[in-house]
Amino acid sequence: MKTNNNHNERLLLLFKIMLRIRLFEEEVCRQAKKGNIIGTLHLCIGQEAVAAGCCENLKKGDFVTSTHRGHGHFIAAGASLKRIMAELFGRRDGYCFGKGGTQHMASYKDGFLASNGITGGGIAYAAGIALTLKMQGYSNLAVCFFGDGASNQGTFHESLNIASIWKLPIIYVCENNMYAMSTHIKNMISVQDIAQRGQAYNIVSKVVDGNDVIALSETMAEAMDFVRHSKGPVLIEAKTYRQTGHSINDKCNYVSPEENLLWKDKCPILRLKKYITDNNEVDVKTLELIEDEVNAEIKDAVDYAFSSSYLTRKEVLEGVFADEKTAAI
Amino acid sequence: MKRRLPYKMALRRAITDEMERNSSVFIMGEDIGKYGGCFGVTNGLLKQFGEDRVRDTPISENTIVGIAVGSAILGMRPIVEIMFMDFITLAMDQIVNHAAKFHYMFGGQVNVPMVIRTAFGAGRGYGATHSQSLESMLLGIPGIKVIAPAFPQDAYDMLKWAINDDNPVVFLEHKLLYGYLDYWDSEQKNIDQPKANVIRQGNDITVIAYSRMVHEAIEASNILSNSGVSLEVIDLRSLCPLDINTIVDSVCKTGHVIIAEEGVSQWGVNGEITFQIMENCLSKLQAPVKRIGLPAVPIPCSYKLERMVLPGAHNIVELSLKLLKSTTTN
Repeated sequence: MKTNNNHNERLLLLFKIMLRIRLFEEEVCRQAKKGNIIGTLHLCIGQEAVAAGCCENLKKGDFVTSTHRGHGHFIAAGASLKRIMAELFGRRDGYCFGKGGTQHMASYKDGFLASNGITGGGIAYAAGIALTLKMQGYSNLAVCFFGDGASNQGTFHESLNIASIWKLPIIYVCENNMYAMSTHIKNMISVQDIAQRGQAYNIVSKVVDGNDVIALSETMAEAMDFVRHSKGPVLIEAKTYRQTGHSINDKCNYVSPEENLLWKDKCPILRLKKYITDNNEVDVKTLELIEDEVNAEIKDAVDYAFSSSYLTRKEVLEGVFADEKTAAI
Repeated sequence: MKRRLPYKMALRRAITDEMERNSSVFIMGEDIGKYGGCFGVTNGLLKQFGEDRVRDTPISENTIVGIAVGSAILGMRPIVEIMFMDFITLAMDQIVNHAAKFHYMFGGQVNVPMVIRTAFGAGRGYGATHSQSLESMLLGIPGIKVIAPAFPQDAYDMLKWAINDDNPVVFLEHKLLYGYLDYWDSEQKNIDQPKANVIRQGNDITVIAYSRMVHEAIEASNILSNSGVSLEVIDLRSLCPLDINTIVDSVCKTGHVIIAEEGVSQWGVNGEITFQIMENCLSKLQAPVKRIGLPAVPIPCSYKLERMVLPGAHNIVELSLKLLKSTTTN
């Protein structure tokens, strides 16, 4: 019975994290339309299970590297919604004081280093994080998120090769949402599964349903166990779908309405909700309460962002080099 | 204790000292282990420090530099050897978009204390892709320091300084200097950010140079002293940050400036230095600033052809005489 309770609690927490990501992204989109967030945004609506499932078993001292589509990873890694929202608003209380923005967020304290504006850029330095953990003798690991498009970058191939020969403690998570911006993978990738590319570097590689948070979490737990025992890197390809455009300015003229509808039905949050209510003694009311809590968190985040000021010009010019005084630290 | 040692050995001693002193210092690069590095700088390090801290890497420049970035933000002090500066182009993403920006962009949460050592410059008949001086490509990027020692003592002092600096530093080693012998003292003299050094005092013309061109400027000054022309030679040592004060003091004294670099003249290092001279002491100039560098051609491979374009002491001598003649005529 106790095990069942734990199982339920775990599922409800995964549900809450996924919902937090979804509702956060929807709010961010609204705030952008109102002009409170200026610039581009790459939302991860539809891909919440990958972030939540892959970050569930992270330990203190593990590090996550992310992509331009990184809000979900950051939230799943444990970041504060308030400080992410303030960063997106470009304000002082954001994680990077507004200097980083949507594609360049980091929290050293939360082991999140960091989202990345260069497709495939994180795959290179993530191997350096893993090397350091290994050289310093920790049993910690790096989780490196990237997309299908990034698997065509040189850094992907270089990094996987080096991680394999040096047996680095790193899990490469390829979040295959089937589109590199507007281009479908079938026109751009030479293999059926990106996981095949891992095999070419002698890396244990797995394909997993990226909309099934439970499958992701289990695959990831197994991979982490393997990596923590110094057996070298793992590549996980999570097949998922981007329910919105590449960025908020994307008109999605390359996606058929049928395809979109099909994947809306496969929504990872609906799927988990159904699983929870069908198989466990959790009523819909409990899930609604969770939704209320998350909505309240997001409202607080927006209020927090509005109440934060901007850096001064003097502060904007500071902190280029490490020996200079840095704003607000 | 003072001994004569080649530039290359001074570099090796700096790396050895810092690796002995600090366990977070390690070195990576292509063929740096058993082979000892393409130019022999890392010879013996593998034996002393082992494979963990002296890492031979695959030929993957962008990811090698990326690995340095990733380890630096976690508190290591990596040194990367990029065999030829021409190959730094393959690592530009990790240098420009990652190493240079992480400290600022993440609001100071991380430092990026890493050194990229690389062999630059021509003069050995290596051709267009193994001879370039590409420093001007890096100098417009806020967040990277670029330094270029000309003497063994500076090579030793400045490499030790660079390893201990908390920022990404690109460390330029001219291929023709590796064998350069000079007196050298294992006591590090300068532990601060390197500044420009007036290496030869003079009254008529300020010659601003760095790395190999400092030696060419000294040679030019020796030749010209027989004709009664006195050059003041400034060894910049650090290109970024630029020590403009030392330059301005000298220009105020001589009123004439020649900037000598080995890279392509147009869009070169000379442009920024000239601009800063204009901003600081235009009224002290008695003639327009002159420059010496490569003409805008890829460097030809044939040794004879390379000599036709490679700037050297003779160019500084000719230009100095012309410059003083034009001022006198005026």
